[in-house]
Amino acid sequence: MKIHEYQGLALFSGYGIRTSICELAKTPQEAAAITAKFGGKVVIKAQVLVGGRGKAGGVKVASSPQEAEARAKEILALKIQDLPVEKVLVAKAVNLLQEFYMGIAVDRAMKKVVIMVSAAGGVDIEDLAKNTPEKILKLYVNPLAGPSDSELDKITARVFVDPVLAAQAADTIKKMYRLFIEKDCSLVEINPYAKTAADTLTAIDAKVNFDDNGLFKHPDIEQLRNPEELTAEEVRAREAGLSFVNLDGNIGCIVNGAGLAMATMDVIKLFGGNPANFLDVGGSSNPGKMVLALEIITANKNVKAILINIFGGITRCDDVANGILMATAKLDIKVPMVIRLVGTKEPEGREILVKAGHVVADDLEAAVKKVVGLV
Amino acid sequence: MSILVDKNTKVLVQGITGRDGSFHAQAMQEYGTNVAGGVTPGKGGQKVGTLPVFNSVKDAMAETQANCSIIYVPAKFSSAAIKEAADNKIPLIICITEGVPVNEMLENYYYVQDKGVRLIGPNCPGLISPGKCKVGIMPARIHLPGNIGVISRSGTLTYELVYNLTNSKMGQSTCVGIGGDAVVGTGYIDLLGMFEKDPDTHAIVLIGEIGGEEEERAAEYIKGHMTKPVVSFISGRSAPADKKMGHAGAIISQGRGTAKAKIEALNKANIPVADCPSQIPKLLKEKLKITGSDHLISARE
Repeated sequence: MKIHEYQGLALFSGYGIRTSICELAKTPQEAAAITAKFGGKVVIKAQVLVGGRGKAGGVKVASSPQEAEARAKEILALKIQDLPVEKVLVAKAVNLLQEFYMGIAVDRAMKKVVIMVSAAGGVDIEDLAKNTPEKILKLYVNPLAGPSDSELDKITARVFVDPVLAAQAADTIKKMYRLFIEKDCSLVEINPYAKTAADTLTAIDAKVNFDDNGLFKHPDIEQLRNPEELTAEEVRAREAGLSFVNLDGNIGCIVNGAGLAMATMDVIKLFGGNPANFLDVGGSSNPGKMVLALEIITANKNVKAILINIFGGITRCDDVANGILMATAKLDIKVPMVIRLVGTKEPEGREILVKAGHVVADDLEAAVKKVVGLV
Repeated sequence: MSILVDKNTKVLVQGITGRDGSFHAQAMQEYGTNVAGGVTPGKGGQKVGTLPVFNSVKDAMAETQANCSIIYVPAKFSSAAIKEAADNKIPLIICITEGVPVNEMLENYYYVQDKGVRLIGPNCPGLISPGKCKVGIMPARIHLPGNIGVISRSGTLTYELVYNLTNSKMGQSTCVGIGGDAVVGTGYIDLLGMFEKDPDTHAIVLIGEIGGEEEERAAEYIKGHMTKPVVSFISGRSAPADKKMGHAGAIISQGRGTAKAKIEALNKANIPVADCPSQIPKLLKEKLKITGSDHLISARE
């Protein structure tokens, strides 16, 4: 799960990390009022859950409430990577004497938490990692031990040089690490972490992502969820325990298991078709899930045909078949369906469907070719 | 032979009184696996079918001397269950549960290592040495004893490939699901090394998917260390970036972990990658340079 910059900065404040002075505005008028209250220059920043807002014109400076109103109006009219900007953050402008980068993530290959620090902050960190990886210093942390003071002191001394700043940075990293572990984050990033006075470092931005699997432990974080992160169908699917991702094709897919669901999409593409979605009904035998899956798929007007691909392990084919019949009785499905059914209780499942007039395939490629031919 | 599990494996089921635990404990027994009993705190003394239930792993070990544990407990309690099994030095721990937070899994990874035991999973279907022992949730009847080793990050996709192998009369030595999460206890490389040493494994199918760089690392390893043929299938060629495709670990982030990069790395290591699951038997046959497939199952005792 992703959250906005303003939500991340609020979390930072709660952990005692110094952040810029800022307030959220939903209208140009609010932006003007906040600017008047702050006095002087402000930076107005689009709050969207995707990157690249700077290049898209989503960050602007204003010197007066009138100017802030005009700039906020421009930003609130933007769409950044198809996402409309609904909120802006108005931050009191500060001097950026030097810009650093600090981030914490999980390194999958190393199986460790990695702390990254760079003196080349303020730029796109992915570009930095690609072009000049030597400018990012990394500290790998065994999660059973946590980062040691001496290791943190060493890395911050190299990047920040000035001992006062280095000590501040080391303290901030410890707080970021605490947040990362305590709230089951997948990323905690400050870019830029800026020198705003001779002896002061300030978090100017905040990027905090969470491990979806850890959210059950953190109702306070779950409350920060932004509905725009997912489409309406994705939200419905998530609430029902289905994994669903919208795509732009016209063949609706219902598959059990994530790997097989991806492979099914791949085979559809291989034979010239275009999947409308990824949908994993999971390992449950609850026929109600099939009804909901078909409801979500058929709500998509682009869908011209449906492929159901079930390989029963935990999932029983007879339960799936009953779910399909429940769905066809309840919903008015106007597009053709191709069903492929193998595995646990396959003969029973097949019989249920054949009796109701459905054709059932046992070969994946034959089923895919058939559904591609229908659209 | 086979790897990790065989006729000498004695299994404990953690979470045996739950819906999945009780169902699969009995399904494993029916397959011929030596299931010694199970654990559910507070339910010691009860029975699931013929199997005794214990209050703790310690109690269960005192009675049964099991050498393998399979975990079906909910995600909330999985890390505690893994640690309890490790504390009792069970040499092979298999965690089926989906949804273990990754930061907990990082801890578990080093915890089991410190105790000198092996963890498979989480979020995996378990493993099976056909004809000998099944410790997992896979449908048993699609398997056939034989000489192909299978390693996969996915559950049902593994069944799909095994189904194709079995239909082509290519039996399996051991099939291992390593799990679909970003951090798992045992990876491709550990298992490739075991299959290389196993005299009953003649070739290996490596099933991968988008996310991470494990397949690329496996390709490097195969190039340098494996004499046995390896073929592969990678799912997620059509997956969009930055969207988690069901599995917590199946995500293309910051342009890394794409199917394309994995296929290129595998091809560079001289590992053919199938375009669809049905091509796997053919690729294996080409790699094994044999005309019929009888040779592949004839070595089975």
